[in-house]
Amino acid sequence: MSIKTKALTKSIWVFHVSCGSCNNCDIEILDCFTPRHDIERFGVQLIGSVRHADAILITGAMNRKSVPRMKKIYEQAPKPCVVVAVGQCALSRHMFRYSYNVREPLDEILPVDLYIPGCPPKPEAIISGIVKLVEKLNKGK
Amino acid sequence: MKIIFNYLIFPGLFTAVCVGLLAGWFDRKISARLQWRVGPPWYQNFIDIVKLFGKETIIPRSSRWTFILAPYLGFLSIVLAAVILGKAMLSPLESFYGDIIVILYLLTMPAISMIIGASSSRNPLASVGASREMKLVLGYELPFVLSLIAVIIKCQGSIQLGSIINYQISFGSNIFSFSGILAFIAAFFAMQAKLGLAPFDISEAEQEIMAGTLIEYSGLLLAVYKLIKAVMLYAMPLLLICLFMGKDLGWVLLILKYIGIVLLIVLVKNTNPRMRIDQALRFFWGPVTIVAALSVILAAVGL
Repeated sequence: MSIKTKALTKSIWVFHVSCGSCNNCDIEILDCFTPRHDIERFGVQLIGSVRHADAILITGAMNRKSVPRMKKIYEQAPKPCVVVAVGQCALSRHMFRYSYNVREPLDEILPVDLYIPGCPPKPEAIISGIVKLVEKLNKGK
Repeated sequence: MKIIFNYLIFPGLFTAVCVGLLAGWFDRKISARLQWRVGPPWYQNFIDIVKLFGKETIIPRSSRWTFILAPYLGFLSIVLAAVILGKAMLSPLESFYGDIIVILYLLTMPAISMIIGASSSRNPLASVGASREMKLVLGYELPFVLSLIAVIIKCQGSIQLGSIINYQISFGSNIFSFSGILAFIAAFFAMQAKLGLAPFDISEAEQEIMAGTLIEYSGLLLAVYKLIKAVMLYAMPLLLICLFMGKDLGWVLLILKYIGIVLLIVLVKNTNPRMRIDQALRFFWGPVTIVAALSVILAAVGL
């Protein structure tokens, strides 16, 4: 394992994108940073600019408006950068599956590295997702 | 040879970066404990820097050279300030005449490099951040210079760090006099703003303008900015110790004073919400300048 991956797994800076979610997943993501599940212990930080990001967290069903913006944000992120889909909407479009507005699921648009299911996923689920992501990065992506 | 050693290893680059990053971890850990969290391990900030070195650096299609060179400008000058300061504290007699003025200029350079870098990135949010940073510099420089003048008057008009320390060794620390404590308060707020911490983190306000001045920086260049912050966190408390608490500078007492000042910074940071830019300017040009001016008058009277 190179020092680069080691450092990357120990300090994951997260950029959080909501492309039309109902805000529940976003609140659960913020819950991870509260005293009970303090994930800054593992070096995870929420950051404001996508230029600093190591992981892009995507919530919500991808509607027609947000798809091109999402692609732009992914292009702007410095590589190596992983994409994490949080919540059922981002995974499978959930109840918006037959909507005229939501044409394709997230993983047909961007290369998704990690799926965290749930509606909304519990903070514990998000933390276990991070652990799996670290394992995957250590094995070599 | 000795100069290179001084610049690169001992009071300079290496020590400054290590101590600054550790102080940055101290800041994060104390903030976490205050919020009833656990906080990151001690090597967290080092890992952040190493990780940023390994990331891709994206350069926007704008004024490329100023964008690339601005962080290095700030970094080199702040390290030089740290070296001058460290040398003056190690051997007060070796410091050169007028070094306090050189340090005053060098400590402004990181803010200027941020303004240059942010405005050459052609990002609207970065330009908002740059304009805020510029106003903040205008705000805090006046009380900061006034409090330095108070110290200079107090130490019989010497503009040399070494003789300021020597004066305090023979006549007691500045902070225990009326003018000294007032000047210390003014300089402390100016330091808080120079370090860009709450309540004066207006130029990087994450919730309003994302990352402000740093918004377009990534990878190596962002790491250089993080290092600038770290060295600032090393140099500014040392300058305050040197100016106001220069009586006993043994290793143990020096470290205790340094930790005390950093702790004070962190407590102020964690207990105050962010100001608006107009509030910050009013604060600096109002109460803080009045306090600093009062300390100059008291020092001139001889208190």
